[in-house]
Amino acid sequence: MKKVAVTGNTGPRIRSDCELKLEIKSSGGIKINLESKVKVMYGSSITRLMEEGLNFFDIKHAVLDVNDSGALPFVHMARLEAAVKALVKTDKELLPEMSEYNRYLSDRERFRFSRLYLPGNTPSMMLNAGLHSPDGIILDLEDSVAPAKKHEARFLVRNVLRQVNFYGAERMVRINQGERGYEDLKYVLPHNVHLILVPKCESAEYLRELAKSADRILSENNIKQDLFFMPIIESALGVEKAYEIASAVKNVVAIAIGLEDYTADLGVQRTNEGRESIYARLRLVNAAKAARVQPIDSVFSDVSDMEALKAIAKMSKSIGFEGMGCIHPRQIQVIKASFAPELDEINKASEIVQAFNEAEEKGLGVVSIGSKMIDAPVVARARRTLALAEKLNLIPDEKESQENE
Amino acid sequence: MANRMVKNAAGRDVVTEINGQPAVPFKGVGKYKPEGRKHAPRISSCADYPDDGDKRVKTIKEALVKAGIKDGMTISTHHHFRNGDLLANMVFDAVNELGIKNIRWFPSASFPCHAHLIQYLDNGTIHHIEGSMNGPLGQYVSEGKMRGMAVLRSHGGRYQAVQDGEVQIDIAVIGAPKADPFGNANGLEGDSACGLLGFALADSQYADKVIIVTDNMVPFPCIPWQIQGNYVDYTVEVDKLGLPEEIVSGTTRITKSPDRLMLAEMTAKFCYEAGIIRDGFSFQSGAGGTSLAVGEFFKDIMKQKGIRARFVRGGSNKYLVSMLEEDLVDYILDGQTFDLEGVRSMRENPRHLWTSPFTSYNYHGKGNFAPLVDVAILGATEVDLNFNANVVTHSDGYLLHGIGGWQNCLFSKTVILPLPLVRDRVPVIIDEVTTLCGPGELIDVIVTERGIAVNPLRKDLLSMVKNSGLPLKSIKELKEEAERICGKPEKAQIEDKVIAAIKWVDGTIIDVVRKVKT
Repeated sequence: MKKVAVTGNTGPRIRSDCELKLEIKSSGGIKINLESKVKVMYGSSITRLMEEGLNFFDIKHAVLDVNDSGALPFVHMARLEAAVKALVKTDKELLPEMSEYNRYLSDRERFRFSRLYLPGNTPSMMLNAGLHSPDGIILDLEDSVAPAKKHEARFLVRNVLRQVNFYGAERMVRINQGERGYEDLKYVLPHNVHLILVPKCESAEYLRELAKSADRILSENNIKQDLFFMPIIESALGVEKAYEIASAVKNVVAIAIGLEDYTADLGVQRTNEGRESIYARLRLVNAAKAARVQPIDSVFSDVSDMEALKAIAKMSKSIGFEGMGCIHPRQIQVIKASFAPELDEINKASEIVQAFNEAEEKGLGVVSIGSKMIDAPVVARARRTLALAEKLNLIPDEKESQENE
Repeated sequence: MANRMVKNAAGRDVVTEINGQPAVPFKGVGKYKPEGRKHAPRISSCADYPDDGDKRVKTIKEALVKAGIKDGMTISTHHHFRNGDLLANMVFDAVNELGIKNIRWFPSASFPCHAHLIQYLDNGTIHHIEGSMNGPLGQYVSEGKMRGMAVLRSHGGRYQAVQDGEVQIDIAVIGAPKADPFGNANGLEGDSACGLLGFALADSQYADKVIIVTDNMVPFPCIPWQIQGNYVDYTVEVDKLGLPEEIVSGTTRITKSPDRLMLAEMTAKFCYEAGIIRDGFSFQSGAGGTSLAVGEFFKDIMKQKGIRARFVRGGSNKYLVSMLEEDLVDYILDGQTFDLEGVRSMRENPRHLWTSPFTSYNYHGKGNFAPLVDVAILGATEVDLNFNANVVTHSDGYLLHGIGGWQNCLFSKTVILPLPLVRDRVPVIIDEVTTLCGPGELIDVIVTERGIAVNPLRKDLLSMVKNSGLPLKSIKELKEEAERICGKPEKAQIEDKVIAAIKWVDGTIIDVVRKVKT
């Protein structure tokens, strides 16, 4: 059996994390060696936490080296649990408290303009992510986590779900592909995950199987709330199957396209203009609308070029997408603003809703503005636009404009 | 001998003596008004200086000997070359070679490059430092290894101390990127160009002996003369004064950190909502990541609303220069120059003005510029529930930063500190600051990523922003939020021994720093 386990990260550029080296001994009691930037302020509380954690797992003799760069307690706990479980077989979980502010629910229809990717094994980015007000926060277990770190990332992501304030953002996790993805679900689902992103999705069958597994885990944990899915289409085959995937299970709420992998699959360069992906994007939008789910566009990777991002987001909205991924918090507001309804859109919508309300009051069966008949879906869309505008605080303030007159 | 301690007006226990000289405890803001006359240097006679105006001597060592260097003297240097400074190290190499001991080193600031001088603190060449201590020197002093007590002053406090005769400089050594043999000097041109030489002004006026050292000697006259040769005793040529890439950066860059950008954006929004950003306003912001970004967000608002500022104070950089050149501000009042664009603009643009600690900050003058500034955006390492702030030590008790112009800028009409509430488990708002550098009555707003606290004394600001939608919280709420995330911090373990005194802008002692337990 292995005797020494190393988890976490350390180094000159590592912040808010810690590296643990745990060696289980046969005698000598517990010895903790702590190096920390915040030793003066939190040294004794870190040592106490580690002692309690080892005791929780019934480890009586061990040497634990802690190299801390300002990690918060839920990070320490995740690193310790990962280290212990690398050496000892146990089903116990060292769970930090589930914060009250993380118990809220999501709903199918909520906006998903911007969803911020956070690498699942990088604690420094977690704490403030919600403050940048993305519509969703994705804790990523897939591409942003090195293969050797996949397992320890699960503990960290789980603890983040319990402890870090998401400030109302939709709580999302991107799992790995295949078997590993099934395993990921067991770690995260009991902790109020709203939505699972399924990467490199190429078949409806796979998604159905995954949803079944998820259901099993949820019912084992006595969780009644809906779990939503957002499959990501990242291959030529996936694009061809987009509609089947989008309608595979009822809880698919959106499908996203991942253009880095898609263009690689096609063997072409990805460009800002996106000529190479026109077909895929249009196909995806159409499949999503046909399946009544939200179509979501790929991330844009040049985080310093806000003008290009703005142009791409506007284009994306114009062909029917309802959101984009973000890889940097500064992209969030640009994307939100680009997908938000424009003023004349809002004005038109309020005109339609007003006409509908008046017609209803008068008991008229038909709604029209001028000579133009208004269908029910148009009213529904107008309502949706207004709700969106209201939520985004975009409705012009009547009182203020009157005062100005 | 144990130093007698007394409680000052801020409630801090401070020493009554510094290195054998009596010292006045802090009396309150604006309360201490010393009487008497300013310090005056000795009368000189032209008869003692060369008729041809050529004051050159061959080496720094020779200049020091001619200046009459002796044990126990005070030697001053300056931080115009920042972390690229080679001069202070050369000066003390020479002092050491001469076997001189117990020097009081009086730099306007020290940088990590001065770790070279630790050997001279060890061997007794330098008795103690009065200036800023950061990096390795800060650690050395904090661990109680320096013979004498350190004194930290603001830029304005340094001018005041020299002018009032509290610190009498025996020999001032001024590095000049351009100079003539008579001693006229400026910082505008040459390999070591740094912009201006304002921090050496007091030294040139009040030191007994003044030595100009340059790596760019030009025939008389060197113009413009930021330092006047009529104050200068000797001039020396050396190969190299500093490392250009460390003196000014090729190009200043704004932070990419999303959290810092958010702080900067919130700060700018606050200023707009509070009515501070309006035609003819003025602001000061430093060269730190967040401060630079605040300037950029100000610029966006000013462009959008068609607002023009009267002046901007502070360390200049390409961002401020672009505001000047786009006519968004009338003047830059520059205290130190942080990049090559700043140096260029200062050389070329008559609206880019040099200032000094005398004009901007000296508290014992007939006014200074600091209170004329509408808003100053500053940093801090800690703030407490009374808005008191610390800039010199960290919560572990170690000296890590100088005061710079920070205390002086507190006199601006509104003082805003944008600070991350939590950074790598370090909470910025705590019960009581480790070291008091600025009294809370002068600190108006703390902007954090988790909310903005306005000092309850500023009812005017509060009423301006109350309906702005900005996330206003009390400082206590912010402190509690930080503690919820980080846990309640323990206090630094310190010993009784006082290793440094922190001066207020009027020369009184606002707090002391004690030796850390090692």
